[in-house]
Amino acid sequence: MTPQQRSSPARPSADRLGRLLNLVPYLLARPGIPVAGAAADLGVTERQLREDLELLWVCGLPGYGPGDLIDMAFDGDRVTITYDAGIDRPLRLTPDEALALVVALRMLAETPGTGNRDVIERALAKIESAAGDLADAPVAVRLPADNERLDAIRAAVERGNALRLTYYTAARDETTDRVVDPIRVLLVGGRNYLEAWCRRAEATRLFRVDRIDAFTELDEPAAAPPQAVLHDVRDGVFHPGPDLPLVTLRVGRSSRWITEYYPVEGVRRDGDEWVVTMRVTDLGWAQRLLVGLGPDVTVVGPAELVERIRVQATTALNQYATPPQAVPAPGR
Amino acid sequence: MSRTRTERLVNLVICLLSTRRFLTAAQIAATVPGYEHDPEDPRDHEAFQRKFERDKAELRELGVPLEIGTASVFDNEPGYRIAHREYALPDILLEPDEAAAVGIAARLWQHAGLAAAASSGLAKLRAAGVEVDPQATLGVEPVVTVDPAFGPLTGAARDRRAVTFSYRVPEVDEPSVRRLEPWGVVCWQGRWYVVGHDRDRRATRCFRLSRIVGNVRAVGRTGAFSPPAGVDLISHVARWSDPIAHHGRATVTARPGRAAGLRRWAVATAPGPDGDVLTIPFSDPERLASTLVGYGADVRVDGPPELREAVIQQLKEVVARHERVVAGAAP
Repeated sequence: MTPQQRSSPARPSADRLGRLLNLVPYLLARPGIPVAGAAADLGVTERQLREDLELLWVCGLPGYGPGDLIDMAFDGDRVTITYDAGIDRPLRLTPDEALALVVALRMLAETPGTGNRDVIERALAKIESAAGDLADAPVAVRLPADNERLDAIRAAVERGNALRLTYYTAARDETTDRVVDPIRVLLVGGRNYLEAWCRRAEATRLFRVDRIDAFTELDEPAAAPPQAVLHDVRDGVFHPGPDLPLVTLRVGRSSRWITEYYPVEGVRRDGDEWVVTMRVTDLGWAQRLLVGLGPDVTVVGPAELVERIRVQATTALNQYATPPQAVPAPGR
Repeated sequence: MSRTRTERLVNLVICLLSTRRFLTAAQIAATVPGYEHDPEDPRDHEAFQRKFERDKAELRELGVPLEIGTASVFDNEPGYRIAHREYALPDILLEPDEAAAVGIAARLWQHAGLAAAASSGLAKLRAAGVEVDPQATLGVEPVVTVDPAFGPLTGAARDRRAVTFSYRVPEVDEPSVRRLEPWGVVCWQGRWYVVGHDRDRRATRCFRLSRIVGNVRAVGRTGAFSPPAGVDLISHVARWSDPIAHHGRATVTARPGRAAGLRRWAVATAPGPDGDVLTIPFSDPERLASTLVGYGADVRVDGPPELREAVIQQLKEVVARHERVVAGAAP
């Protein structure tokens, strides 16, 4: 159930030189490695690896005689480098490679709930030392503070048991209980999610950890069915489909920020106002969210939502027709 | 790259690694297979020079440290060599659990632009003898995405070069051109920022990478500035998002079984005549009022008076604005 690795080298031709320079020390460190195993480990086909080896075989030191060329011994399907012609070490990390590894490790070290932070810090120190001057990556990382609930959930997921969740669903504004089979814990865009098979919905769901109000570990192993499909979270967690209702709002200047926080379909300028369209999972949710944004946001469509907001606000206003008894009415 | 060119480049690297003396282009041409040409024939010689320039560029692109120097004080023709010390990745000994952590870290970028750099970096560690368990996992998988400006800004911060870019703030209609000495890039709560000295405002500023429009352009020379010693990048971003103290206490009646979201914020709940009486902490009455107005008739504010008044005012506005929409007029 691991998501497909996406490896798309930007410059496949230039990559071959780098791969070849890397291949000699790789094999040197692993005498007698099976060719198929090495190919799998390096992410190339066995045929490609054999072509690489053939090419290396005719390269070597000036003179290019039998004692100068890179040499290797084959024993059945196993290969051993017997002469390396001086490329006995991999090339140093490039600035981009050092940055990518160092920042990713800093990110991991900062991720709340990763089991052993100590190990990550040690690995980071060693990579930094190998990267030399390049290790001083101008990137700092701070993720949301650790919290006990996340730790507890992560530990439960690692133990591999099914969980009973008390979960707040913002779309329906309700808190319900359900049994789930946990799959993994994710950190996306600064928020933690539990991805699990929801037995009630019979589908994979992403549960925001800060909306799991309580949970108990069941005495049965988590068993997500084979048809459980993981979410593609590369571009965030909310991907509204075209079947969801489309809501149109007029947004004043000071509330334009909402277009940075919620996935919107379109933004059109109309004088000082922005006309924003967005898809919502539920009109009730849209009412709570959009009206809750304050007086700078007016819903103009669909008509059903506009009417709902108007009626609800009118009814709510009627509650205040009589002054409260507990506290004195403010002077008008 | 053709097979012959790859072969020539591998031989060039081996040749330059093996020499202590700087080798001139002519000496290299006479040694490394693939550079054979007639130096007396101007066209042939020029073709060789172009080929050699391309090859050198290719090696530099790959990060091969090509040294240039002269073999002796009597030579004025430049020569080339590669110092093994500069070429080779230093020894790195990772325990299995540390190697697993590096493997996981390298996978974080699979969703973003640095994925290729991370995996080629990892390939070098493996070539240095590090065994990476591809199945290893940690308790939490962070999914790391970056904005397009990340690469140019980290590069400029590393080179200490100033940058210029267009920056769009939602409240302002047109993007403005900013000039910045970037000290570094910060990931704060899942969003990326660049911190540095704003040359126009003459002050420290943070910019959100997602608000940068178009390309980031490096301007001027490298090493043009120095970040303040011991600068704490995160503190510059974090100062804008201190946690807000919720000193106020609102009394709100929620209809039975409704307003589940609001109930989650309540510090106390007690039964009342019209539903449950919730005690809600707050800081800004106008903001809480908006939230409560979103719940419509499911909630009623009982106090304090300024909150009640704010809710009534906002409800009146909501009714008026949406009545105008229903009537077909612009709100």
